[in-house]
Amino acid sequence: MSTPLAASWVQDPDTISILYLIAVSMFVYGLMGLRGPRTAVRGNRVAAVGMAIAVVATFLLEGMGNWALIAAGLVVGTVIGVPAARQVKMTAMPQMVALFNGVGGGAVALIAWAEFIETSGYEGLELTFVIPSLLAAIIGSISFWGSLIAFGKLQEVLPGRPIGAGTMQQPLNLLLLLVAAGAAVWIAAGGDAWWLMVLVLVAAALLGLFVVLPIGGADMPVVISLLNAFTGLSAAAMGLALSNSALIVAGMLVGASGTILTRLMADAMNRSIPSIVAGGFGGGGGAVAGAVGAGEHAGTVRSTSAADAAIQMAYAQQVVVVPGYGMAVAQAQHAVREMADELERRGIDVKYAIHPVAGRMPGHMNVLLAEADVPYEQLKEMDEINGEFPRTDVAIVIGANDVTNPAANTNPQSPIYGMPILNVNEARAVIVLKRSMNTGFAGIDNELYYDPKTAMLFGDAKGSVAEITSELAAL
Amino acid sequence: MPLAVLDFGVSPFVANLTLLVVAAFLGYVVISKVPNTLHTPLMSGTNAIHGIVLLGGLIVLGLGEDLGALATVILLIAVVFGTINVIGGFLVTDRMLEMFKSRPKPAGDNTEDAR
Repeated sequence: MSTPLAASWVQDPDTISILYLIAVSMFVYGLMGLRGPRTAVRGNRVAAVGMAIAVVATFLLEGMGNWALIAAGLVVGTVIGVPAARQVKMTAMPQMVALFNGVGGGAVALIAWAEFIETSGYEGLELTFVIPSLLAAIIGSISFWGSLIAFGKLQEVLPGRPIGAGTMQQPLNLLLLLVAAGAAVWIAAGGDAWWLMVLVLVAAALLGLFVVLPIGGADMPVVISLLNAFTGLSAAAMGLALSNSALIVAGMLVGASGTILTRLMADAMNRSIPSIVAGGFGGGGGAVAGAVGAGEHAGTVRSTSAADAAIQMAYAQQVVVVPGYGMAVAQAQHAVREMADELERRGIDVKYAIHPVAGRMPGHMNVLLAEADVPYEQLKEMDEINGEFPRTDVAIVIGANDVTNPAANTNPQSPIYGMPILNVNEARAVIVLKRSMNTGFAGIDNELYYDPKTAMLFGDAKGSVAEITSELAAL
Repeated sequence: MPLAVLDFGVSPFVANLTLLVVAAFLGYVVISKVPNTLHTPLMSGTNAIHGIVLLGGLIVLGLGEDLGALATVILLIAVVFGTINVIGGFLVTDRMLEMFKSRPKPAGDNTEDAR
């Protein structure tokens, strides 16, 4: 058969389409299960079975061959994927998700490239095939390289602080986008030189690198979720090219969900998605943050001891734990649970206040606390817990910084002004567990620490919490 | 030909585009109802679902005849990547969700309302 590759895919027999229909229905049903923790496990498994059905249906396509290669690819992928997924620590989950996301985008870009090679530059193919393929190549390549950088930052192979070309960044990114788009248009118009496609992929790759490199660690939840949406969209574009309903629907489901999630994250930080992608904190660059951070506070901080903290909490009626990325770094979630157990034994109400962007990915804190067997019911979202702080005797902040900074409510000069925060300063007393007085990722001083009712407990979060627990037990 | 009206003669591309747009709205509706607390599993779950790109790799590799060496290698890597995405994505999500237990059973079994 010497017909171009594209021609045979249009003739999907109905059985395969119906299997795809079943598969995507299972994806949707599975995602619906994620609305509650009780149904979520089953939901995910339903989606996984749907995926298996989709793969088997694809095997049924008329004219499938190269079985040895397919088997080899599946086996190698499984051998790499299974141990990675099994062994990754819960604290390392954000970078693992970034990596899995990246390879998905990479696969899309590679497929588009292989198509280009095999069809001698999409020669003689309809634009309805060529344009989605090129879109898939660009978005997939951005997603792959962007995810790799996100992985590097989260894994701390790369510095978490923004790296960028300053004012040259925007023109550079725009130029790269124009190069990728220009080369793509050339191909669509009939260009078939091998280097044109390479140019598309490389320009998009550099764009992915340069978009994610300048983004600070604190904005990572937004970036990961944005890249997730990108991979979904690239899959949908690939689906249009291949006229494959499963790819279209599944890809678009992810594209839509990733977009919503990205917007939610950005709202939670009071930032627009473009300003985050534009890089740096506060849009205006480091100058603003520096001005606010530089010793504006001559106030004193009060430090406390584990014993005093334990006594303070022992006489409380309600204690609210405010976890942040510091808790994840210190791997303190189990110690925190033990402390909460000790408090509950004394009849004290314990709740957890979870800021939507605490940690390095959406919902990161919930995963860690769930790992430590904290009951789902005690995990409170921001809107739910904020009303509780005035009734809270002790708020204990563990490795969270910017999300508790009252400047977001009171200081219009602050780069984080307007960002919804946890109103920890409304609690009757605040204990902050912190390694040192260093500022957070945003590089801003936290007024909460200078509040007279705040006491600082310096040291490693895990050690401090364990000490408080043993002091509580000894009381 | 009374049934002629039923045959709109829609091109596959337009039909696919329809599917795409409807799927976008469907995704929007389904996902808006997921609580904040489950956002990490949601992301990693959707992450696994876009592993559907594996199908693209399988189709192009499986239906390709006389593939050149470069294209074969590229497609093989694509299939490996797609498989990692699917298998890793679902496993990691499963591990995370297993941890979301509700210890003290709330009244009734409607945990959705508990948030």
